[in-house]
Amino acid sequence: MPRVPLPSPPHRLLAGRLGPWWQLFFRYGPPRWTLYMRHNWAGGRLVIAVPYLWLLLFFLIPFIIVFKISFSEVRLAMPPYAPLLQWASEKVVDVHLNLGNYLFLLTDDLYISAYLYSVKVAAISTLFCLLIAYPMAYAMARSSPATRNLYLMLIILPFWTSFLLRVYAWIGLLKNNGVINNTLMALGVIDEPITMMQTDFAVFIGIVYSYLPFMILPLYSNLEKHDFTLLEAAADLGAGPIRSFLRITLPLSMPGIVAGSLLVFIPAVGEYVIPSLLGSTDQLMIGRVLSDEFFANRDWPVASAVAIAMLVLLMIPIMVFQRFQARELAGAK
Amino acid sequence: MAERRNDNKREPWRDPGAQPYIQIENVTKRFGDFVAVNNVSLKIYQHEIFCLLGGSGCGKTTLLRMLAGFEAPSSGRILIDGKDMADTPPYERPTNMMFQSYALFPHMSVAKNVSFGLEQEKLPKAEIAQRVDEILDIVKMREFAQRKPHQLSGGQRQRVALARALAKRPKLLLLDEPLGALDKKLREQTQFELISIQERLGVTFVVVTHDQEEAMTLASRIGVMNRGEIVQVGTPSEIYEFPGTRFVADFIGSVNTFEGRLIEDLPDRVRIESHELGGVVYVDHGISSAPGAVVWAAIRPEKINLSRTAPAQSAENCVKGVVKEIAYMGDLSIYLVQIGSGKTVRVTLPNIERLSDDERILWDEHVYLSWHSSSPVVLSQ
Repeated sequence: MPRVPLPSPPHRLLAGRLGPWWQLFFRYGPPRWTLYMRHNWAGGRLVIAVPYLWLLLFFLIPFIIVFKISFSEVRLAMPPYAPLLQWASEKVVDVHLNLGNYLFLLTDDLYISAYLYSVKVAAISTLFCLLIAYPMAYAMARSSPATRNLYLMLIILPFWTSFLLRVYAWIGLLKNNGVINNTLMALGVIDEPITMMQTDFAVFIGIVYSYLPFMILPLYSNLEKHDFTLLEAAADLGAGPIRSFLRITLPLSMPGIVAGSLLVFIPAVGEYVIPSLLGSTDQLMIGRVLSDEFFANRDWPVASAVAIAMLVLLMIPIMVFQRFQARELAGAK
Repeated sequence: MAERRNDNKREPWRDPGAQPYIQIENVTKRFGDFVAVNNVSLKIYQHEIFCLLGGSGCGKTTLLRMLAGFEAPSSGRILIDGKDMADTPPYERPTNMMFQSYALFPHMSVAKNVSFGLEQEKLPKAEIAQRVDEILDIVKMREFAQRKPHQLSGGQRQRVALARALAKRPKLLLLDEPLGALDKKLREQTQFELISIQERLGVTFVVVTHDQEEAMTLASRIGVMNRGEIVQVGTPSEIYEFPGTRFVADFIGSVNTFEGRLIEDLPDRVRIESHELGGVVYVDHGISSAPGAVVWAAIRPEKINLSRTAPAQSAENCVKGVVKEIAYMGDLSIYLVQIGSGKTVRVTLPNIERLSDDERILWDEHVYLSWHSSSPVVLSQ
């Protein structure tokens, strides 16, 4: 009986024509690295990798450069600082680590008071933002879905004009012959203009006004998810409206409060534009000091040290926030 | 349950001198054009378990929420313990509510949830702790006192919600679909626990439910609601055996109704000629309706007998049919029998004996349906 050879399976036939890689593929299956990709590098990781790469390129690397500059010495040259590493001889690398910049920050009163002032301004502004934003967010969360969207639109609307323009508009309102003073004088409430420009008051107004949406939005998104039967349950158990708010709504909105506060506090500490335009010149915020060091003094090492110190100062609240969020997530259903 | 409660003390509504604990007087609630509760009047007595039973959207929850104070009646009065509740906010009412969603405070432990109400009363700490332990013992949740609600199962949450509502020792406990989220086995078990807790603590319960079995098991009396109105109030057996309308008969259990005309109307017996049945229904109790009026004879499936041979009685209360469907449920079997007029009649037979296939009535068999003259209920609407 003549033996008829078994026909090759179709992929074998194909493999013969496609070349050695495919032959290997069909004999041994997909190579290890593709399996690895499939299990560990699929979709999700790739998506995460893109922003991380972005941050690496445009945040981490510049940060390391600034960090490096903060340890060098100022010098009249281009660039205006001494290199950190130098070839002393052919085999010896001379590391010139100058901690003087940081010590200088501690010794000079200007920097400490600027830091403290910045934190103070940011903290007070954050508090006012919270006090104004909470009732607004609460009212939005309890209104009907249609009006809710309208309110959201109105909150976001100011972003459609330039931030700088809006701060300049406040100058027009607050200055001695500005809208507010003129109106009050025309009405006969005051005889001479109230000085509002170049005061802390103006800075608070500017910061609270500019950052209010950043407080409202996280608060709103938290309050909107609240189950209002919890308040009914509290009332049913004998708690009046104030007790119910303090015991139920407030603790449950803590994540929103923390998120909103950090979104306001962190940028407010480093705020440069608002205090420069509205604030006084004799008490500087740290953002202004930083820019002066860079551009007016051309002392890049000290400016870098100021920047690093500010970053460390802001890292603490961020880390607290992270811890808080991790705890919240563990506590969530 | 109804059997145990047959003396006057157990059935205060039979005593004309009894003082009702809750009086609902002509209460109407409108939401815009929609009338959720329409002119409801009810008297609920102390130590009762009163079930408001009805389909979704019948207004039962709205009525309960008005008792709790979350909604104000559009018109009418609600009196609890003789006091008009119109101006009393929920946090000052002598009621506590167990919510359908349980509404446990997610950021508080079980013990904190239960003590919340007691803390509002400004009781000393030691007493609060003692009462929390006590009530958690009753609902068998003491070892879970430090857990957060999200760490509990559905049944455990239900217990915590009950404990929280009972912690303040309310005179009146309102329960909104208390067992809705539990599976069947657990629900049955919890129903009996609820009853024993109620009897131990002497609380008055008002329970809202859409589940007729739940209402039958729990209730001392049931108020059946439909479209915002109370259709019938009575003990579970009254509602089941003597439904007042076709809606009630159909809503509580299943029923076969035959439309017909009164041909004989005497104080002690009634005859109805029904074209739907193709025969005459003889009822051994009287009704008050004009002769010739259109009425419905309602017969429960378990009150109909199936036989292969004609029963030895008159031609009345007997009809021939063909078995179309059989559903074996274990404890009983459901037969759908088509009678001569084309109407399908539902019959349930208990499976008392294990029968062989020869003995059992099977598909397509010709059978006689018969019932006792006390079984039908005559309904005029």
